[in-house]
Amino acid sequence: MLELSGVTTGYGRTTVVHGVDLTVPDGALTAVLGHNGAGKTTLLRAVLGLLPLRAGAVLLNGADVTALAPHKRVRRGIAYVPQGQQSFGQLSARENLQVVADAYGRAGRRRTDEALDLFPALRDLLGRQAGLLSGGQRQQLAIARALVTGPRLLVLDEPVEGIQPNVVSEIYDAISALTSSGDLSVLLVEQHLGYAVEHAAEFAVLTSGRIAHRGQGGGPSAAADARKALAL
Amino acid sequence: MDIIAQLFAGLSLGSVLLLAALGLSLTFGQMGVINMAHGEFMMAGAYTAFVVQGVVGDAGVSLLLALPLGFVVGGLLGLLLEATLIHRMYRRPLDTLLVTWGVALVLQQVARDVFGAPNVDVRAPAWLSGAVEIGGLALPRTRLFILALAAVCVVALALALRATPLGRRIRAVVQNRDLAEASGISSRTTDRVTFFIGSGLAGIAGVALTLLGSIGPTLGTNYIVDAFLVVVAGGIGQVKGTVIAATALGLMQAFFEYSTTASVAKVLVFVAVVAFLQLRPQGLVSVRTRSLA
Repeated sequence: MLELSGVTTGYGRTTVVHGVDLTVPDGALTAVLGHNGAGKTTLLRAVLGLLPLRAGAVLLNGADVTALAPHKRVRRGIAYVPQGQQSFGQLSARENLQVVADAYGRAGRRRTDEALDLFPALRDLLGRQAGLLSGGQRQQLAIARALVTGPRLLVLDEPVEGIQPNVVSEIYDAISALTSSGDLSVLLVEQHLGYAVEHAAEFAVLTSGRIAHRGQGGGPSAAADARKALAL
Repeated sequence: MDIIAQLFAGLSLGSVLLLAALGLSLTFGQMGVINMAHGEFMMAGAYTAFVVQGVVGDAGVSLLLALPLGFVVGGLLGLLLEATLIHRMYRRPLDTLLVTWGVALVLQQVARDVFGAPNVDVRAPAWLSGAVEIGGLALPRTRLFILALAAVCVVALALALRATPLGRRIRAVVQNRDLAEASGISSRTTDRVTFFIGSGLAGIAGVALTLLGSIGPTLGTNYIVDAFLVVVAGGIGQVKGTVIAATALGLMQAFFEYSTTASVAKVLVFVAVVAFLQLRPQGLVSVRTRSLA
């Protein structure tokens, strides 16, 4: 379980996220919604430790990980798929997975196979330079790379932004398959309501770096509820 | 025959440039650190050979011992520099340049205090004395040894970067530090190991330079500019480019020297490199990607 308590962070003299409290329960999908500039990515970077906190704490399974470096948080079970289909562009797709799997020995190789089972199209592209893959292929590779760490919590930052429609459904299907097992929690950040509100157990709407609204996902009124909150 | 002699002279000079630039292709090319003390790590490697020979006596054994020891000494100096100063200055290239230049001056003075200001000699082993006759052309064994050493270093570095977990980690951190951290890779540890290897290669280059003449505290300053030139002309972060650029610059220098003087040849090489970088600022070898990272 991930708990954010009064998380405050920003860049330079500007505070972008103000006192955010959020809980991501085990085995559930939690969504954070917000317009461009609401502070969603900044919040996720703080969760990973890529941005230091000005106040508050990040707790993972009850342990305070606020002072831990990002790679140590990953070792504790958080995996991150950043915005923008990021890959190690000059490495091959295979090396993008290997570079993570190297640290986990046999388990890393097994998890690489499992991740490729989730995105079988990647198997034919393993020898190709990652920077030359399409946006959709790079995003599938990014999710596969995150899964190789064997996470208990998968943090996804707008995973379908700028992706061609046929690949969007593949990525959403993969997220659904991952959460259906109940072993993996997902923290999903989105601008668009559709999938996030429909599949999330809970959602929060972020406005100007503050949680402006919280709601239950899945129900008939959830989308209207979220849309109303986003319009505020 | 003259052409072949110049070709060999160029390749030989290229191999020296390559040894000097190879470590820099990691610390500057891959990590973006302008380390002006890189030449002093070469100097430290050269003095390591001098000290080892003083202890061991036998020139052959001492050379073979000095190569790995020079690597370790250069590497440890680099590690110390990275851990104490440079890691605070990533993304501040001007500060790094000034600080490492200061460190270079300090290291030169330390060498003067310890070994004295005059140059010292390191004896070449008997099996490297004389020349190999090929088709009436005498090829000095020391030059052939340095050529072979440069080739071994290039292959070892290329294999290490391409086919080992450490190499993959280095390339991943270089390309996207945040993504590497968010993928469970410690960028701090990787930085230190990368700097150790890059500086260690400078140490090996220094040992090799003892075969070409006497050594002194300012040995590194003779090579540092050329080494940066090779890495920039080759294409930042590309070992292949470094190899091609070192060879090309060595050949150009040798052929210009054949028809002019050494200093005019140097000027012509600089002019050629500047003109080349105007046409191709990214250097000889660059990598295409569709993504931002």
